[in-house]
Formats: sequence, C-alpha cells, structure tokens
Amino acid sequence: MTTLANAETSRAATSRIDRFGVVIAAFLIGALALPFATLRATRIASGTGLRLFDALPATTMVAVLAVLAATIGAALASRRPAVRLALGALALAALALAAGAAGAHLMPDDNPYARVAPASGFWVALFGAAMLVTDASVRLKLGPAGRIVALVITATLIVGLFASGAWSHLSIVAEYRNRADVFWRETINHIILAAGSLAAAIAVGLPLGILAYEIKAVRDPLINVLNVVQTIPSMALFGILIAPLGWIAMNVPGAHALGIRGIGMAPAFLALFLYSLLPMVANTVVGLNGVSRAVVDAARGMGLTGRQRLFQVEMPLALPVLLTGIRIALVQNIGLATVAALIGGGGFGVFLFQGLGQTATDLILLGALPPVALAFAAAVVLDAIIEISGRGKA
Amino acid sequence: MKRDKIRTGTVLRLLAFAVLLAFLLAPDRFAGLLTPLTNNGAPAIYNQGTLLDLTLSHLFTVGLSTVAAAIVAIGLAIFVTRPAGAEFLALSRAIVNIGQTFPPVAVLALSVPIMGFGEGPTRMALFLYGLLPIFENTLVGLSTLPPAVVETASAMGMTGRQRLLKVELPLAMPLIVEGIRLSTVIGLATATIGSTVAAKGLGEVIVAGLLSNNLAFIVQGGVITGVLAVLISDGFEALAHRMAKRRGASSEARQSDPDGQGSSA
Repeated sequence: MTTLANAETSRAATSRIDRFGVVIAAFLIGALALPFATLRATRIASGTGLRLFDALPATTMVAVLAVLAATIGAALASRRPAVRLALGALALAALALAAGAAGAHLMPDDNPYARVAPASGFWVALFGAAMLVTDASVRLKLGPAGRIVALVITATLIVGLFASGAWSHLSIVAEYRNRADVFWRETINHIILAAGSLAAAIAVGLPLGILAYEIKAVRDPLINVLNVVQTIPSMALFGILIAPLGWIAMNVPGAHALGIRGIGMAPAFLALFLYSLLPMVANTVVGLNGVSRAVVDAARGMGLTGRQRLFQVEMPLALPVLLTGIRIALVQNIGLATVAALIGGGGFGVFLFQGLGQTATDLILLGALPPVALAFAAAVVLDAIIEISGRGKA
Repeated sequence: MKRDKIRTGTVLRLLAFAVLLAFLLAPDRFAGLLTPLTNNGAPAIYNQGTLLDLTLSHLFTVGLSTVAAAIVAIGLAIFVTRPAGAEFLALSRAIVNIGQTFPPVAVLALSVPIMGFGEGPTRMALFLYGLLPIFENTLVGLSTLPPAVVETASAMGMTGRQRLLKVELPLAMPLIVEGIRLSTVIGLATATIGSTVAAKGLGEVIVAGLLSNNLAFIVQGGVITGVLAVLISDGFEALAHRMAKRRGASSEARQSDPDGQGSSA
C-alpha cells in the first residue's frame, strides 16, 4: 500500500496536465482519421470506408463534432468527475445516434442488399468515450443502487434506439430482422443454458459445499476434482460428454423421451453445470470458514442446534461470499453457453458460428454482442447485490 | 498423510503424461480402443495431419500469445503502481474487471473481422484476453506487499528500481505465476475454439468429429486437450506453490481469495 500512497501524493503534487485526459483526447481525435462507417454492396462484399466528414449529413456531422470537441475539452481541462461523466455519456449517445444517421444517409435507395456498418473510427471513439465514463464513475464512487440505475438507463436507451428505428439502416439490425424469430428462440436457449445450469449447480453445490465444510476428508478431493473439471477446455468437455450421454439416450429407457441426447442441449447443460460447481462449492466452504468462531460460539451458547446455527447464523454471514460464487459462475456460463452452438446446443453462438462460417461480420456481431452485454449486465447487478448483502457484516 | 496424498497426485499426473505422450507418438496403437466409437468403417484416429503436429502448433499458439501478454501485462501493472502511472490505476482496475466479463469466444469472434481467418485472430484474442488475469494478479501482488518490507527496503537505501527488482517483484511472483496459469488455461481453451476460424490446433480434431459425426475424433480431441490443460495448469500451480513456500507464508496467505476462481473458456 505504501507505494500507492506515495504515488497518489506525488501525483497531486507534480502533475499539471492530466495525462489520462490526453489519452482520451488522442482516442477521440485519432478516431476522426479512421473510417466511421463502411458501405458494402452486399452483406459479404468488401466495403469502402467513409470518414465521419463523409458519412453524415452536414448538420448532424457538425453536431457530433461539437459534442466530441466538448468531450475532449472536458477530458483535458476538467478534473471534476461529474462533468467528465456527463460529457462522456453525451459523447456515447451522440456516437450511437450518429451511427444510425450514417446508416440512413449512406444506404442507397436502389440497392436494398447494400449494408452500412459502423467502422473502426466509430469503435475507437466509442472506446475512448467509454473509458472516460468508466474512469469518471470509478472516481465518483457510485454506490450499488446508483450503478444499477445507470445500467437500467443505458439498457432503456439502447432498447429505445433500437425500437425507434434509429438504427434500422445498420447492417446488424438488418441481420436481426432477417431472423428475428430464431434470435429470440436462441436468446431463450442461451438463458436456459446459462441460468438453468447455474440453478442446478446451486441446488447441488450448496449441500456439497456444506458437506465439504463439515467433513474435512471430503473437502480436498472434491475441490481437486472440480478444479480439474474447471481446467478442461469447454469444447473438449462438451465433446467428451457427447459419448456417455449418447450411450444413455440409446440404452436407458425413458432417457430419450426426457430430451437426453448425445449432441444438443443436454451435454452443454451438463458441462455448464459441472463448470459452475467449483465456484459454488469452493465459495460455500470459504464463506463458512470465514464466519468468526466467536459468533459461532455465541450461537452455541444461546442454545442453537447445529442445524439452526448453520441456517440462521453461518449461512447468512457467508452470503456475500456465496453470491460471489454465483456471480463468477453466471458470468462464466453466459460466455461458455456461446460455445454450446458447436455441438447443437443453441444459444447466441448459433449466429456467431454461422457468421464465422459465412464470413459475415454483421452476423458475427449479432452472435457476439448479446452475450457480452448479458454478461456485463449480470456482473453489474450481482456486484451491486453482493455489496448490499455485505453491508454491516464486514 | 499429507505427503502420501501429494505422491498419489504426482503418480497420477506422471501416468497421464506418459499415456498422452504414447498416444501422440503412436496413435495407431490405440486405434482398437477408439474403433467402437466409429460408424460405417470411419477412421478411428484423426488422419488430416498428425496429432503430434496439431498439439505442437496448439501449444506454440498459446505459448507465444501468453508470453507476449505476460510481458505487456506485467509492464503495465508496474507502470500503474509507480508514481508516474498512478492516474491510470483506478481506470485500469475497472477495465480489467469489465474486460473479464467479456466471453473469450466473443473476443475471438470479434477479432476475425479485424484480422481475417487463420492464426491471426486466435493470437490476437489470446493476447488481449491473456492480459487481464496477469495484469490483475500482478497488480494485487504489487499493491498488497507488507508495508514493513517496502519501508525496510527504502530505509536500506534502495532506489525505486532496486526495490522493484529485488523486493517487490520477487514477493509478488507467486501471484504473477498464478495469473500466468489462468491466462494459459483460458488460452488453451480459446485456441481450441480457434479451430473454427481456421487456426491450426487440437480443436480441429473435435470439429472434424462433429462435422463427420465421428465420435472417436471428438473423444480423442477432447481428451488430449483436456489432459494437456490439466497437466499444464498443475505445473504452474506447483511452481507458484514452491515460490510461495520459499517466500514464506505471508504471500501464500494472499493466494486463497474467493474471487480468484473462474477460469474456463
């Protein structure tokens, strides 16, 4: 800690120019030199890149440039996080609107197969503005409720932009329109895979964790085995599970009727369940171990039975650590469920791998962005819940 | 008692390594074991290139990206823990936290439009994702040193550079190695998926099995990849453990944090 304390003091004393602001400014200015949008004759044709100046109608372009200039100014000149947060958020909104406007502006009337997509300049500027927002929110020390509110506002704005048709000329939305039904079906599959396997892992992992906490002889072997499982690459585990599940489906009466198959959702669900067990069991053990002996002794002194102690004292005190296990498992599952499409398990990976197969960038984005957003949202919400549950417990 | 347990584990690992090596060097000798998993006289052993070759390119891809990621991540972590880089400390922590919620497969897929197909996107995704655990662990290692140790080093007249190289980095080393282990494990898994974007590696065997409905391919690809990952991970773990032991108990205690899990990809 000493190094950091030194670092903080000497920073306040010596630095006049905010070098972080310089980095952000470099990102936003550099983005202007890169193509802001790409226009392609078909969804898989190679495209021509257009810079911000060529991609937008004049008035919109001036408005976007003004917002970006103000943001650069705030990054360089203002040290107040609230100002930086406001302008960073404004820049993000302006970029989102500009992307849609570029779509409407560039889309030719005579070629419905043409595609307009945001290009590197857009992404670089977006990253720069997002860094400014992130840094400002860290410095503002937003509480858990504040973070959830910010998440809800962001999600609402994105859904709003999507529903209002502001993005309807963008290629990723065109890919979505062409397969809207399948998209929502795979969304549900993805959630069933990620959350369903986690629910199963909670139901099994909590008792197993309590068992491992109570009986020391169980603990090490169990954690070791789960550690090994966790290390096996997802594609390998999905593949390895195909063989036994296929055998069960063929040879166990009724298994096939239950939906157990060699490929498809069953091996993916089972693999995600196995992956989630380690965070559940390990965090249950760590959480229960962390409950102070004095508290347990006091509970015993009050005449609580072992069972009452466990459920009324130890488990509630271990809750933040248990929730951390759930957070790790859920974020991990949302990502891993994407791989399930390789073995026919469904989920957003269906679009991602189809897109890779067809070298269709927009389809890749349609498969890759939703799990990123979902995992991020899950992390924000669970982190907030963990913080709230840990209050007053230390 | 404890000693016996370690021995069984070591024996099991050595055995797994021997079998893996034998399988990679002479896969045809194991064909009989895998034939029951095939249909209609399909080959039991992958035949579009040798398994040994695929394993070596898989390891090379992961090794290269992880070494590059380690150099950059450790450098960045040193930078943000020095006075000169303190402005970036809070932000870099936040970026690592957010970055780790990104699914590695999404990072891989998003690299394809930028890098094209082949080894490129796999290496880029492995490098980018590999930065996160190494950076995070180096940061924790460097920022949770016992204050007394650092003060003593200063009092002995060590310069900032000497303190870093002789005191801080050695003390943080077990945690750094743990970070490298996590990156490698994630890298091995992501490189497997890299086969879907035409990177040469073991995922090819699994993909070929899925495409031709050949269970023997799927199982051998899965088992080789799985055993490889477990052995490599164990090797790093043993290394970190030995270092922690040599540095004394103080740094070992820091290793058992409940947030430290979650490594699969």
